[in-house]
Amino acid sequence: MSMMKSAVEWIDTRYPMTKVWNEHLAQYYAPKNFNFWYLMGSLAMLVLVIQVLTGVWLAMSYKPDSELAFGSVEYIMRDVDWGWLIRYMHSTGASAFFVLIYLHMFRGLMYGSYRKPRELLWIIGVIIYLAMMATAFFGYLLPWGQMSFWGAQVIVNLFSAVPVIGPDLGVWVRGDYVISDATLNRFFALHFLLPFVLAALVFIHIIALHKVGSNNPDGVEIKKGPKGNRWSDSAPADGIPFHPYYSVKDIVGVAGFLFLFAAAVFFAPEMGGYFIEHPNFEPANPLKTPPHIAPVWYFTPFYAILRAVPSIAGSAFPGVVAMFASILVMFFLPWLDRSPVKSIRYKGLLYKVLLFLFVIDFIVLGYLGTQATTDLYKLMAQIGTIYYFAFFLLMPIYSKMDKTKPVPERVTE
Amino acid sequence: MNKLIFALLLALAPMLGLAAGGGAHLDDAGIDLGDQASLQRGAKYFMNYCLSCHSAKFQRYNRMGKDLGLTDEEVINSLMFTTDKIGDTMNIAMTEAKATEWFGSPPPDLSVISRARGVDWIYTYLRSFYLDDKRPFGVNNIVFPDVAMPHVLWELQGAQKAVFKLEKGSSGKDVEVFDHFEPVTQGTLSAEEYDQVARDLTAFLSYIGEPIQMERKRLGVWVLLFIAVFFVLAYMLKKEYWKDIH
Repeated sequence: MSMMKSAVEWIDTRYPMTKVWNEHLAQYYAPKNFNFWYLMGSLAMLVLVIQVLTGVWLAMSYKPDSELAFGSVEYIMRDVDWGWLIRYMHSTGASAFFVLIYLHMFRGLMYGSYRKPRELLWIIGVIIYLAMMATAFFGYLLPWGQMSFWGAQVIVNLFSAVPVIGPDLGVWVRGDYVISDATLNRFFALHFLLPFVLAALVFIHIIALHKVGSNNPDGVEIKKGPKGNRWSDSAPADGIPFHPYYSVKDIVGVAGFLFLFAAAVFFAPEMGGYFIEHPNFEPANPLKTPPHIAPVWYFTPFYAILRAVPSIAGSAFPGVVAMFASILVMFFLPWLDRSPVKSIRYKGLLYKVLLFLFVIDFIVLGYLGTQATTDLYKLMAQIGTIYYFAFFLLMPIYSKMDKTKPVPERVTE
Repeated sequence: MNKLIFALLLALAPMLGLAAGGGAHLDDAGIDLGDQASLQRGAKYFMNYCLSCHSAKFQRYNRMGKDLGLTDEEVINSLMFTTDKIGDTMNIAMTEAKATEWFGSPPPDLSVISRARGVDWIYTYLRSFYLDDKRPFGVNNIVFPDVAMPHVLWELQGAQKAVFKLEKGSSGKDVEVFDHFEPVTQGTLSAEEYDQVARDLTAFLSYIGEPIQMERKRLGVWVLLFIAVFFVLAYMLKKEYWKDIH
């Protein structure tokens, strides 16, 4: 015991080990009323670790070469010991990551987690989301199937739609005039690099979180409430130490998540063509365009927005602008919400209905993005796009109109 | 509110089942990958009828033997007709250039065709060749119109013709829609026997599409059981720690 103690002392004089442990875990006071929605963040971190580990092991057998890539994935599936499991964990993990992040972001929308003083926390989060999308996009080319190839073709062509510099920009991204071996090689390099950027961003996200403290389902600032709890006289009365209380709670979340994750990995790794698209089992063929090209499900809401906006003078650029705007508008959310209360619990019926419709809208846009366009679908996507932007851009007006309820002094439950 | 949204998210789940479909009606393949005899027959048909033009270049002979309950000797003696070694993958001698010259396009590798097309598609495809004078080999296919492949199994099935009916299309004009097949010549097998051949072949193609799939599901049950027990323990631990939080 004293050996242990002196070892800790030895380290603490050279590195703030105990200090970091206390500040971020044992003496980090989180509101005691977290619910189900507060599990998503830690689960997303778990999935990031799963993705990095399985990704490194996949990279040991994968070949980023247009002649060999498709075969090397099948080699991993058949000849590498447990390669199938590693590959399915990685492909399922990509979708799971987006499921968790969408739920995590929705939690933020429900409880006003982006409001002052958490504006930067939210903005860092949106940057993480962008980095995730880039990582997923680069990764999707790697199996070198038909959907990998043509999906990348469609997305890179978006850059080519930019006026004046577009064509050069497209060549710059691809490293060639078409998606080719050069593109595959650089996408592999970037797909390997970005997760480390992602990990750094997550670190910054958590530093920002621990500076301002966690929000909670009531949207009450526990730091502004009364002081003093069982562990410390200066800590918020409604706060409990993250460790052990939330560490043991998060483990329950981990078990629940892993159950669903394993169910997908072992019983439905393709998820009916949504996690792994059927055409991706045909090797990439630059001479054969598939009848229907759709990005993976987590991109489809934005793809639907892209297709909903009519071209001007034969240029798809307006759609491209709308698509990027639909993500960039999230950065402004902290200043668009003018409601006197943070949490949906104390907001009026108006916001509840509008948020509910926004969720439906996002799901419908996601569905439309997977489908071939028809006149009806195009009209639906246009209405969906208008609602998507109206939800954000009209927020300064409706958030002030909304009848709110009084917010309690302390957290409830 | 929370519960409502959660219920909606759950309601999304069945939508995931609606994978992109379209095209001709597909019959249920009704394959059983637990039926080793069916897989072995499928392997035999595959080696005899498919593997001269189509490769399965990611599937090893010895892996197939192991998974289908056959010894290396049995595989070598009854299923391998070339000079390949038992540890080799199923390659063919026909070059892509020659294949293009003969068929117009090279026959695709069949290793993962079941995953690209789906088993129902393959089962229906194998049973949907019909006589058509306009095609170079005299046959066409309902689920793969103007396919370059001849009806390799015609001796077994016999020849059939397709009967079309007129239906109002979406534009208001009458369009020809496939109705049913009518046998023209008798094959060496009855219709039921031929369906079983198609089913065995489909089962085999499904197996080589993902050789681990049976093992994956078997293992998955144990993984889920383990996690379920872990969940209960984790939940009890949480309850114990949280006893004093009010």
